[in-house]
Amino acid sequence: MELAISIVTGFMILGALYAIHAKDLLSAVIACGIVGYSLVICFLLLRAPDLAIVQIVVDTITLIIMVAVVINSSREESYSRFDTQGYITAATGILIIGILLYFFIISIQSLDVLGKSSLRMAKYYIEGAAQKTGSANLVTGVVFDFRGYDTMGEAVVLVTAVLGVLTILRLKGKK
Amino acid sequence: MTIIVKKTTQLIAGMVFMYGIYVIVHGHLTPGGGFAGGVVIAGSFILVTLAYGGDFLKLVREESGTTIVESFATILVIMIAVSGFLFGTKIFFNNFLPKGIVGHLVSAGVLPLYNIFVGTEVAASIFIIFLSLIIFKEESPK
Repeated sequence: MELAISIVTGFMILGALYAIHAKDLLSAVIACGIVGYSLVICFLLLRAPDLAIVQIVVDTITLIIMVAVVINSSREESYSRFDTQGYITAATGILIIGILLYFFIISIQSLDVLGKSSLRMAKYYIEGAAQKTGSANLVTGVVFDFRGYDTMGEAVVLVTAVLGVLTILRLKGKK
Repeated sequence: MTIIVKKTTQLIAGMVFMYGIYVIVHGHLTPGGGFAGGVVIAGSFILVTLAYGGDFLKLVREESGTTIVESFATILVIMIAVSGFLFGTKIFFNNFLPKGIVGHLVSAGVLPLYNIFVGTEVAASIFIIFLSLIIFKEESPK
């Protein structure tokens, strides 16, 4: 299974690289779709059907919206040559990425193996969730009962995001 | 759009809407839930809007209605959460309704209600983001 996940992850990296370098913005959007749907396959291989359903639906809707936006606007990517300041910015970015990678390698050695974590809270959730919440789906039991604050926060964040989008994109004021 | 797209939309959109309702209502039994089902419902509206154009749904009034529905759903979620105070112990998000039998459609206390309201809220949010990106351009003054 790790081999399959590695192959799919390789596809995701290729799609992301192509999305950066594509001349046509529509091709870049479709290449972003490669990343999303490969992530769906990864979730299915890791046996997380809830996440796979949410990911495939949200990715499809996002792809439709992005294609509609790209068709309505200009499809050519605005391309400019690097000047001196561009080189300085790129060098600074590479330096910061290197520093972050160093700390990442230090911190990843103290983590558990993926999937074999010894988290006490997760064990408590898994053991008694069906009896405590009465929900046959464990994910819904955790999301809406044990972690109700998180879900309420997500709903409020979504409403706030929609208010921001309306404020920015509305061209004609109310009469 | 062409006649093929319009006829296919007539056949498909209702089924997509019903599937979204199924995913939301069975959220505490099968994989899925409020977020996935809400996005599926928004997808059915987006399908109709893309196939028939912006005038089909009377979108100028639809826009204000969508914001009201979404804010109302959020307030209902918070009120259900607060209503745990009135019954039983003093715990926010208390699951005060009877649990029922695990695996039945009417079970798990207030979790199906949370699913329904979150689904409504997500559907309204996604649809209004789509509308604001696509439709507002048409009504802007030239």
